[in-house]
Amino acid sequence: MKNKLLIPFLLIFFWSSAFSQDKYFTRTGTISFFSESPMENIEAINHQVSSILDTQNGEIAVSAQMKGFEFEKALMQEHFNENYIESDKFPTATFKGTVIQFDITSLKENEPQEFDVEGELTIHGVTRPIKSKVRIVTEGNLIKGTSVFNIAVKDYDIKIPKAVINNIAEEVKTTIKLNLEPFQR
Amino acid sequence: MLLLGFSLNLSNPTFAQDDLLKMLEGEVVREKEVEFVSATFKTTRIIHGQSVEVIAPGNLNFLIQHRFGKINDGFQEFFGLDQATIRLGFEYGIVKNLNIGIGRSSFQKTYDGYLKYKMLQQSSGKQNFPMSVVLYTGMAMQGTKWVEPDRVNYTSSRMLYSFQVLLARKFSNALSIQLMPSMIHRNLVETVEDQNDVFAIGAGGRLKISNRISFNAEYYYQLPGSNADKTYNSVAIGFDIETGGHIFQLHVTNSKGMIEPYFISQTAGDISNGDLYFGFNINRVFTLRKQKQ
Repeated sequence: MKNKLLIPFLLIFFWSSAFSQDKYFTRTGTISFFSESPMENIEAINHQVSSILDTQNGEIAVSAQMKGFEFEKALMQEHFNENYIESDKFPTATFKGTVIQFDITSLKENEPQEFDVEGELTIHGVTRPIKSKVRIVTEGNLIKGTSVFNIAVKDYDIKIPKAVINNIAEEVKTTIKLNLEPFQR
Repeated sequence: MLLLGFSLNLSNPTFAQDDLLKMLEGEVVREKEVEFVSATFKTTRIIHGQSVEVIAPGNLNFLIQHRFGKINDGFQEFFGLDQATIRLGFEYGIVKNLNIGIGRSSFQKTYDGYLKYKMLQQSSGKQNFPMSVVLYTGMAMQGTKWVEPDRVNYTSSRMLYSFQVLLARKFSNALSIQLMPSMIHRNLVETVEDQNDVFAIGAGGRLKISNRISFNAEYYYQLPGSNADKTYNSVAIGFDIETGGHIFQLHVTNSKGMIEPYFISQTAGDISNGDLYFGFNINRVFTLRKQKQ
């Protein structure tokens, strides 16, 4: 009697755990952000964003090095790291969350499917819940996702001195693009 | 038993998400790259002397430097403010790690030009290097009228040359220290006792007291025997204040001149006598050529 229950129990235990071949990964994702203000526009892009997506349950993690954000103006890049983001103290921004009701079988090659994403975003040492939408297509064996959302600078304890308050928008438009390929490990 | 098995794994989504994030961080650490240190100092000068910072390629730094008269000249001279001397300068990033600069000081009507090359950058990670190394070479020409116009005067007599190796380490976000062995060559000196070549070793640093304000200091020890008249070692202390696009440097020093041949080898201010000069610099960086992203 005991043996009959043991094997199905073990099978179910392992099946629902993290041991899965259906993980997708990238190390070359991009995150760009754009701050628009009457005084000046600030734009930066990071081409080395990493991410893992678990297609079994829609869970996703994203990680980006703050020093990887590139600006057109060298001085702007230096100020971003030294004064605003304090990259020496907080080198990485991360997101961990879930693509709600993610279904890999529903993905198409030419028609983006839209899903809700919910999770926690950590920037400058501050973690906040965040909700957004992601549009996903497939291309060959790649899963490609794009999401656009706003980040309120104040929410992450990023201090802006009065002298430049008109140079930096309160809400920064952020775009993330990930081309995920099957994770070989 | 089955229900227990299910609940153990499906009840805690954040636990699995943490696993996912840890897995991601594991992947990233595997490919650890070289990380170069940046912003050892806020600008290209510690106070009047060169720091290891170089202007990024395609960027132009406009420098307006003021050095006033001696504070102990008293109220009549408005504590030196009446005798302002000024240096206007430009420095440009030609290519990565290479700067060219030009300037003119009202003091002795001196024109100066220099090249600055960052040979090595402090780094950590895959490649560890403990400090930044910068080579500096400058030349200056005094534009004042000849003291003895009836004598044969050579243009080359107006020339002053400076050479420095700058070695700096950013110890922490707040503290950077620099050493600068230096040499000044003067084509013409006043008497036989004065040396054409002056050797000195400088030391300086900065301590950040907030994200945008730092306390800076520098000192140049001149090897004795270089000058017939008494000269002193140059000391300068001050603050760097960074606002959006400008860096202001307010300081006090015993040197009247603002370029290497003057402050390293011709400082006449005796601190014990209170011979101190107040000065301030304004640095403004313009982006002439944008970086590729």
